[in-house]
Amino acid sequence: MALIRVTSPHVHKANRTADVMRLVLLATLPALLAMTFFFGWGTLINVIWASLLAVGMEAAIIRLRKRPVMFYLRDYSAVVTAILLALALPPFAPWWLTLVGVFVAIVIAKHLYGGLGQNPFNPAMVAYALLLVSFPVMMTRWNMPTVLLDNGALGLFDSIAVIFGGLEPAQIDQFTGATPLDAFKHRGGLTSEEAWRQIDVLANGIGAWHAVSAAYVMGGIFLLNRKVFTWHIPLAMLAAMTVPSILLFGFDPDSYADPFFHLTAGGTMMGAFFIATDPVTAASSNKGKLFYGAGIGLLIFVIRSWGNYPDAVAFAVLLMNLAAPFIDLYTQPRSYGHTQAKRGLKGDS
Amino acid sequence: MGKVFAFHGGIHPPQNKQQSTGLAIQPGPVPKTVRLPVQQHIGAPAQPLVTVGQRVLKGQLIAEPGGRLSVAIHASVSGTVTAVGMMQVAHSSGMDALCIEIENDRLDEWVPHAGLEDFRSLNSNDLADFIRGKGVAGMGGAGFPTDVKLHVGDHHIINTLVINAAECEPYITADDMLMRERADQVIAGIGVICHMLKPSHVMIGIEDNKPQAIRALQQAALGNRHNIDVVVVPTKYPSGGEKQLIKLLTGVEVPSGGIPADVGIVCQNVGTAVAIHRAVAHGEPLISRVVTMTGDALARPHNMEVAIGTPFVDLLDQANLKENQLARLVVGGPMMGFTVNDDELPITKTTNCLIAATWEEMPEANPAQSCIRCGQCEQACPVELLPQQLHWFAKGREFDKAKNHNLFDCIECGACSYVCPSEIPLVQYYRFAKAEIRKEEAETRKADHAKKRFEARVARQEAEVAEKEARRKQRAEAAVKAQAVKKDKLEADAAKPAVTADAAAPVTDIKALKTAAAVTRTKLRQVEKALKNAENKGLEGVETLTQTVATLQTKADAAQQAYDEALNPAAAAPAPVLDLKQLKTNAAVARTKLRQAEKALAKAQDSGEGDIAALQARLTEQQAKTELAQAAYDTAESGEAAPAVAPAISAEQLAELKADWDAAQAKVAKAQAALDTAIANESPAAEKMKAGVAKLQAKADEAKKAYDDAASPVTAAAAPAISAEQLAELQADVDGMTAKVSKAQAALDTAIANESPAAEKMTAGVAKLQARLDEAVQALQAAGGAVAEPVVEPEPELDLKALKQQVSIMRTKLRKVEKAVEAAEESGEDTSELVADQAQLQQRFEAAKAQFDAEEAALVARAAEEGVDLKQLKIDAAMARAAVTKAERALAKVTEPDDQQEKLAQALEAAKQKAEQLNSTLSRFE
Ligand code: SF4
Ligand code: SF4
Repeated sequence: MALIRVTSPHVHKANRTADVMRLVLLATLPALLAMTFFFGWGTLINVIWASLLAVGMEAAIIRLRKRPVMFYLRDYSAVVTAILLALALPPFAPWWLTLVGVFVAIVIAKHLYGGLGQNPFNPAMVAYALLLVSFPVMMTRWNMPTVLLDNGALGLFDSIAVIFGGLEPAQIDQFTGATPLDAFKHRGGLTSEEAWRQIDVLANGIGAWHAVSAAYVMGGIFLLNRKVFTWHIPLAMLAAMTVPSILLFGFDPDSYADPFFHLTAGGTMMGAFFIATDPVTAASSNKGKLFYGAGIGLLIFVIRSWGNYPDAVAFAVLLMNLAAPFIDLYTQPRSYGHTQAKRGLKGDS
Repeated sequence: MGKVFAFHGGIHPPQNKQQSTGLAIQPGPVPKTVRLPVQQHIGAPAQPLVTVGQRVLKGQLIAEPGGRLSVAIHASVSGTVTAVGMMQVAHSSGMDALCIEIENDRLDEWVPHAGLEDFRSLNSNDLADFIRGKGVAGMGGAGFPTDVKLHVGDHHIINTLVINAAECEPYITADDMLMRERADQVIAGIGVICHMLKPSHVMIGIEDNKPQAIRALQQAALGNRHNIDVVVVPTKYPSGGEKQLIKLLTGVEVPSGGIPADVGIVCQNVGTAVAIHRAVAHGEPLISRVVTMTGDALARPHNMEVAIGTPFVDLLDQANLKENQLARLVVGGPMMGFTVNDDELPITKTTNCLIAATWEEMPEANPAQSCIRCGQCEQACPVELLPQQLHWFAKGREFDKAKNHNLFDCIECGACSYVCPSEIPLVQYYRFAKAEIRKEEAETRKADHAKKRFEARVARQEAEVAEKEARRKQRAEAAVKAQAVKKDKLEADAAKPAVTADAAAPVTDIKALKTAAAVTRTKLRQVEKALKNAENKGLEGVETLTQTVATLQTKADAAQQAYDEALNPAAAAPAPVLDLKQLKTNAAVARTKLRQAEKALAKAQDSGEGDIAALQARLTEQQAKTELAQAAYDTAESGEAAPAVAPAISAEQLAELKADWDAAQAKVAKAQAALDTAIANESPAAEKMKAGVAKLQAKADEAKKAYDDAASPVTAAAAPAISAEQLAELQADVDGMTAKVSKAQAALDTAIANESPAAEKMTAGVAKLQARLDEAVQALQAAGGAVAEPVVEPEPELDLKALKQQVSIMRTKLRKVEKAVEAAEESGEDTSELVADQAQLQQRFEAAKAQFDAEEAALVARAAEEGVDLKQLKIDAAMARAAVTKAERALAKVTEPDDQQEKLAQALEAAKQKAEQLNSTLSRFE
């Protein structure tokens, strides 16, 4: 009899890695829509451009590594990385910036470490951090939020022209803006209250940022609901940001931003739901996730408040990526039948 | 209804249970033959009691339990035993196992059997024995001997009985149907268990997807005298895992590595409860069970009550298998079952389900992708392990880390594999890692054992070397002393060129001399003390002691002198090394010369010619010399043989002592003969020779005494040092055996846990090892009172020789028949009978040869395990034997002169000893 002989189990849940990734892609849609709506076609163009680059590079490097190309491409992980990176970049970042970013993310941060599952650092954040350090001007040049269909907004083709070098962005003063975080950080001698009134992006543009954050939260809740990740990391991270910001804001509201600002202006929500939850680079046990998320939140707050960079999601995530294996060692769950959880390499309890 | 707790993780795979619950439990097919594996349970295999051709009745005991942890097997049909041998069985390993095959005569003739009228009148011991006699084993999964579980012993107090009715695996409905239809039997079975365990609380854990069974149970339990709770738990795989169910029902966790009884709980499956009831109430052994036949490839899936041993194909037929649609045949459930590709395999006591799945139903797994550390496995694991970490560790062969991450708590439930989006066969990785770790551990244990043995051997060798060295020193010392004594004695005889102490002193090793001097001094002091003591107390033997003191004083002086001389560079001139051998030779030479002188004198006297006076003088001189040499030798030798100074006596030394004794006896005989001749010749030397004989006799007696002392367990008790080394050796043996036994036991346990078919063999091995260990322990105990009996090898003789003989006999017979056949063919006679004979003989020969080969291979393996190269050993032994023969021949050839003969005799003795030693080592393995 020619029957299949395999080991148990003989049934399998109908969810594959590709399904998980597709869910993540789906969950980025609201944010993509919001970004496009408020910041113009640039984000959409970037997302598509980055995805194309990612697929191309992934295919090339898988081939170079002599692995079945289609088999690995089908897990969608490259596209997810690319889209997250593209969403984090300024909407009108030049084409080569995206190219460098995707290259760093896919080739260096992911495949040079052994491919999906082996990379210790979140590829999108490695790329983002590298770009931020190497090209600080381009990386902080955000356009003023407008409404897509408003007058003055760049049309689709103009946007393509800007991104792919047809137009010099610096000539359009629309592109000399800053992010709210940036503006708040470099507000000169202004108190926060003055800054809120006087700086345009804070006074008028903040709504767009709130909307984008809300879109990320929506996507995140969708993923939570679909059990793509657990609540531990986002919640711990947001809590770890909120608590110190409440304390410091209450103590010195002139120098520190309010908690709501921390949570909604900038990459916090994206980081909480789409970056920090990247399972490959996060801590693995539920308890570990709490520590991991809290670490990220705290680091973001610290860097934002006292560091040189206006936003800090990338750095905070990368730093905690470093700590994840360590956290894992010390947060093993207590297994059934054991009185104590094991800790550390040797498993002392 | 009790409160339900929760366990971490779990999954909700599609139930697929409704397909097989449409029909009531049907009677199973009537098999043409049944195949009954002797091991359908955890533990030792049962021992077959039947032979081929024997007629057996239904329910007759055909294999008895092969140990405490074993289960009896009964005939499930009446008929004739057609085969007892290795056959394929349904096991995940796919290996063959010992089975008994019975051809069904369809008479359905039962052995007389009867239940217990009132089981409550029996105590739990007897009841356990009764149930044991009925071959009941756990029917839920692993098949643990039920009587063992029901008789947990005094160190466990059972307060809760958990009846596992969860049946959490998809597809399986055997327990469900059993409860629906025979709830009263379940409850009756529980009554028996309660009587035996006396729990204060009984909980039946059942998943909420079996409403009918729940109702039936509740009804049956109504008004029961026992405190029975039907606890409905949410449907979640693996709630039917023993540990998970216990957690669900009681909130208690069974400690890692422990059993439920450790926390006062015993868990039994509903099917087992029914089997217990049937055994107790009707005396029916466990010869049938309910099996779920399901899967999309069956047109008529349902549950059936099947005779154990019925081949799958009969069941599939009854369930109307759509042959062309069958893609996978799973034994057990879809989560933990295993696949088989042969439908002739038999149903066993633990087979609860057969899934005949179509391709669409259970498609082949997709190739595994990379782990994305999504953590879903971790969320699903009921043991709260970190499956993805374990997977990384297993993949990277970091087994230590895997172990630290509690790999061995994994119950291989498959929940993690089920949810893994990358479709990684996680459970397979864990099985692999577990197997590797077990292998590694076994190897470490082996290495440890080998190391221990090696160290013991090195220590022993070192002790031997030290001992030899000590003996050498004593000899040297004795020689010095002898010389000194002789010198004193012969001082008056100035005419005689006595061998001076200087010339004869074996002064080579100053250190040795120093030690010798020190030793002598110490002895002297001891004796002095004893003397004082004796004097004080007015004891007897003061005189002897005084004498001894004097002698020792002389000795000490001599030793000191020798040492001083040796220290003095002038005296330390290259002195000839004079050892025992040389002394012996010297004595022999002197004797020869004496004899020659005697002869010459006799000749001269006879012929009346020559200078008789001169010859006489020469003879006297020679006699003195001979005596001197002999005395030197004797003293030296007796110094060696003296048991009081022997620091430790090993078997080898014992042999040496014996040889000494023999040699001394031979010498006495020789001397006596010489004396006789001398007397007959009226030789003037006769007088002196007489004294010599007497001396020799005394020496022989001494040697005998030394030997007896060493060999006798009573006198040697006074010399605890003698057996210290042997004790150590025995201890090492015992330790080694203990380690072996525990190793084997551990291996056995693992095998049992794995349901390995090798377990049965291993069980026998363990028993054997245990027996050997007992022997070793006994030997050690016997030696514990400083018994100096020679090391008795506790290994029982394997009948290798007999086997070998048999093989050769067979071979000879076979050749004969072959020849006969040839001859018959040539002469044109009828050869058919002879040919048949030949075939039979060939078969027997082959069987014998195979057995012999196997034994021998086992031996070699055993020897290798003990660090001995059996082949090399054999060669060595053979060579030693050859050396003995050679030496014997040489000795036979040489009749004179005397000293050469003596040397040869010595060589022979040595060769014999060596051969003996090697043989004894060899015999340990044969
Ligand atoms: S479920 Fe599979 S992919 Fe996810 S963490 Fe576990 S092993 Fe890795
Ligand atoms: S197979 Fe082992 S690791 Fe996987 S879920 Fe079951 S117990 Fe946990």
